Amino acid sequence: MGIHRIQTCFEKASSEKRAALMPYFTLGYPNIAESFDIVRGIADHGADLIELGVPFSDPLADGPVIQHSTQVALEQGMNIEKALYFTKNLREADLNQALLLMGYINPILSYGIEKYVNDAADCGIDGLIVPDLPMHEAGDLEEICLAKEMALIAMLAPNSTDQRITMASAHAQGFIYLVSITGVTGERKELPEDLSNFIKRVRGICDIPLAVGFGISTPAQAHTVAQLVDGVIIGSAMIRTASEGGVNAVNELVSQFRQAMNKIDDNPVNQ
Amino acid sequence: MNQQKTKTTILPSKFGIYGGQYVPETLVPALDELEQAFQYYISDDNFLAELDHLQKTYVGRPTPLSHAKRLSQLINGAQIYLKREDLAHSGAHKINNALAQALLAKRMGKRRIIAETGAGQHGVATATAAALLGLECVVYMGSVDIARQQPNVLRMKLLGASVRPVDSGSRTLKDAINEAIRDWVTNVRNTYYLLGSALGPHPYPTMVRSFQSVIGKEAKAQMLDQCSRLPDMCIACVGGGSNAIGLFHAFIPDQQVKLIGVEAGGNGINSGKHASRFSDPFLGRQGVLHGCYTYVLQDKDGQIAQTHSISAGLDYAAVGPEHALLREIGRAEYSYATDQEALEAFHLLARNEGILCALESAHAVAEAIKRAKQLSADKIILVNLSGRGDKDLDTIMNTLSGDQNGNTPNSNLL
Repeated sequence: MGIHRIQTCFEKASSEKRAALMPYFTLGYPNIAESFDIVRGIADHGADLIELGVPFSDPLADGPVIQHSTQVALEQGMNIEKALYFTKNLREADLNQALLLMGYINPILSYGIEKYVNDAADCGIDGLIVPDLPMHEAGDLEEICLAKEMALIAMLAPNSTDQRITMASAHAQGFIYLVSITGVTGERKELPEDLSNFIKRVRGICDIPLAVGFGISTPAQAHTVAQLVDGVIIGSAMIRTASEGGVNAVNELVSQFRQAMNKIDDNPVNQ
Repeated sequence: MNQQKTKTTILPSKFGIYGGQYVPETLVPALDELEQAFQYYISDDNFLAELDHLQKTYVGRPTPLSHAKRLSQLINGAQIYLKREDLAHSGAHKINNALAQALLAKRMGKRRIIAETGAGQHGVATATAAALLGLECVVYMGSVDIARQQPNVLRMKLLGASVRPVDSGSRTLKDAINEAIRDWVTNVRNTYYLLGSALGPHPYPTMVRSFQSVIGKEAKAQMLDQCSRLPDMCIACVGGGSNAIGLFHAFIPDQQVKLIGVEAGGNGINSGKHASRFSDPFLGRQGVLHGCYTYVLQDKDGQIAQTHSISAGLDYAAVGPEHALLREIGRAEYSYATDQEALEAFHLLARNEGILCALESAHAVAEAIKRAKQLSADKIILVNLSGRGDKDLDTIMNTLSGDQNGNTPNSNLL
């Protein structure tokens, strides 16, 4: 449960000589029932951890694809209460992957941060991602999470200073979410040039699994990234595929990404 | 949200519990860099001398303080004085902040400036400053606002700015800010985000207040010069709240001076169609929008509410964090004026003082009229007339029920 389940998922992937596959999906897109089937499919086709998005009216860290999905999800009536009920149903359907709940801070404050953490833990959530809550503003939420063994995921960006990386090293639970590029979520044709340097800088300071997200759109890109880190997060590509081809297309894509997670040789890159 | 676990800022990042830096991690280094530069240049003699020179020779500062004699006589109550920010270059107080931040951007070596705009006043001020200083300027504007504020769109383009329509969300100011932040996150290394009001993440609320506080400093000296005493109250409209905090700041230590902020009452609080963060007990609650913790109009799920005001400049879901603190500690109070009251105040000021003020500023005038009626003739009310009304002429003529002669409707304010 909680932080422990996240650790177990990374350990399992590592023991199988691959990076953990961490797909993102917006709950309630394109509607609540279909998103349930899609998340089940993502779990059944090789995801190690799954990031579940709760929609917000003003998602300023997201690009157009995820923005659109959250707008649709809001129109479908998705909110924190329903997202937690959704999660509970996933657990009752024997879904065993670590589950991360992604949501912006204002709906969480409105729900009540203590209630949010407690209810999320009760419904089977293992970690929280709050994209507009940097580490130095996370004090209250962090304490409540620690008491519940809920991981509050620290994020770092390519322009993060060594001081911020050190701060992440002290506060991070479960894994550190590395934002691959300075920018918003969304598929990119190329991986950023400075990605491996960025990862090396963080590796030099932090002794915790690292996952890279933002901009990874193809299994080939994911394969490259999988050689460098412990987990790969895929978001917009999932949403786009769901909108174009529904559950089956997503399942197919997840299977492809899962194969791309394999490490080429036995040398861990984090030497 | 309580205290920070790890302090990372040089200056205090919060006003009581309000303010802070609720932004994606990518922006943290940019905010740190901005804070350092602001802290350095705000006490750098060369920077301050250049700003002061431009304020005098380009902006037209100090702006006058006008006694609204005929309006005061008509009300038959307190004397109303107007701080004439409408006479500042480009037509509003916005230039004070835009020019100072553009100078800062140039000192920081950032050649590309981005800004958001609602009514277009901040966009015009930023485009003006960018043209003056030779900087590239991109302004994000909701497509709904673009349609209703064409003259300002044209002004920005003529000043050399690129105006980017925003089609997400409600397609108004809130969404323009989202898109400006997304641009900044993407181009953070070479781009300066010139935020237009005393809101957003630290250090913006402190920095914008600092650059706008020239309004109150001048007004205080002018008041002493013309009346040999301080006003009994200061009144200003509050969208994000930059003109209000700019006026209030100099008077905060003077406990005998009442400070009153006026929000947009739209169609009335009960209608739900307004932008009164403080007056609506259901929609207006503490929360986070665009990087700061403050009062935010939101639904039961914490989704940001749609707002309404006849004045685009007040049509925003969050209020600057320092206002939330001033209200909490009782140093300032906040009321609202409806669309109708603002229109009536606009006409009264036009007919009696020969001033076409911005509809934003008309909210402050409406409150001043209401207050003046309750007071004796020896009392003084200082109003920040934050902008001129040219941009609003279409909106105003459209409300005159087909009376294209500009005849004044009957007023309930008096």
